[in-house]
Amino acid sequence: MIAAQFDYKVPNSLEEAVSLIAADPDGSKILAGGHSLIPAMKLRLAQPQVLVDIARIKSLAYIREQGDEILIGATTTHYQLESSALLRQICPLLPLCAASIGDVQVRNKGTIGGSLAHSDPAGDWPAAALALKAELVLIGQGGERVVKADDFFVDFLTTDLQPGEILREIRIKKPTGKFGHAYEKVPHPASGFAVVGVAVNLSLKADGSCESASIGVTGVGVKAYRPNGAESALSGSSLNDAAVIEAASHACDGVDLNNDLFASGEYRCHLAKVHTRRAIAKAKASAK
Amino acid sequence: MKRAINLSVNGVARTDEVEPRLLLVHYLREVLGLTGTHVGCETSLCGACTVMLDGQAVKSCTMFAVQVEGSEIKTIEGFATNGELHPVQEGFWEKHGLQCGYCTPGMIVTAAQLLERNANPSREEICRGLEGNLCRCTGYQHIIEAVEYAASKTAGK
Repeated sequence: MIAAQFDYKVPNSLEEAVSLIAADPDGSKILAGGHSLIPAMKLRLAQPQVLVDIARIKSLAYIREQGDEILIGATTTHYQLESSALLRQICPLLPLCAASIGDVQVRNKGTIGGSLAHSDPAGDWPAAALALKAELVLIGQGGERVVKADDFFVDFLTTDLQPGEILREIRIKKPTGKFGHAYEKVPHPASGFAVVGVAVNLSLKADGSCESASIGVTGVGVKAYRPNGAESALSGSSLNDAAVIEAASHACDGVDLNNDLFASGEYRCHLAKVHTRRAIAKAKASAK
Repeated sequence: MKRAINLSVNGVARTDEVEPRLLLVHYLREVLGLTGTHVGCETSLCGACTVMLDGQAVKSCTMFAVQVEGSEIKTIEGFATNGELHPVQEGFWEKHGLQCGYCTPGMIVTAAQLLERNANPSREEICRGLEGNLCRCTGYQHIIEAVEYAASKTAGK
């Protein structure tokens, strides 16, 4: 459980970090909280030549409102998101999701940016980022570009981040009007990772019916995804029990299901439907 | 190539040259000789290696020593002051919160974090607060009672 040798670099600014990884884009990895990368390095599944530690760039950890958006710095820890009074008020899905991750020691150190950039098929943040239609700000030598969460998660442990790019910020439109959030998860009993996790973001009309719904599902396929069939079944519906059950039945339509010793694809799909139903009901009940 | 690190461990300033890949837990145990911090699962699940890093409980098996440059570390060896046990240590003593003792240092560090953030936790909150620490003797009931003891002892002061 000893990582392969690497060179360790500590940039003082994001610009310096970008130029450090530009020197060897394929051999370099960004280190933030290290709670996805270091376990992979200890198993030698990852053997970067150079680690560029951005955790000490203090200006990269923040949660703030700007206009109609919430801006979150990439090295903001799960605990900072879990304990944010502001987010509990304006975007409760973020603290709900944060609180479900690992354990307190992991949440003290792990970061939202690291989790998103790792795109673990059982990670929690990808589900929330999809449900909130987050935008991810990536910076590289050529400047910045903004990628929608829908386009960011590409495959198993693979995102749209290109060699030499760093995820800098997560942007989320502040939910407005009457809305409800929920995150329902079946944690793996040993690792705490999501066997299935479902994030629901409901926008309601004044009469309590559904204006629109966005849902993120993790743990079920090779990457987190939005179950389009479930979302469109909810849109415009009364959100009564029958409508919720009908929507949840589409939770894993067309998904190539994960299969492992702990949970078969069939079982994961069953869990996804059950927990999509529960998450919709919870989001509806929490709406205000 | 080795790299110099400067940090404070249990209030003592330290400067050492370490390989970047040296894990924090190995630095504490093998370089500093502070063997109270244990290596359990090595996969950031069991919590035996938990230490305080700038006031936050972290798993020292999932950090490189070079990452803690400039930080303050507190290990189990730093919990008693002038021979007087920390309230959580006293709770483990009074309530028989350990059998083999392997998980105990990590349990105490995490429990101290829990009480700093929530001075009067319910049993459920204690269980949730300690979910990152495993006791293979399965002595959880006594561990929960130890934390309850520490909470009431601290409140009574």
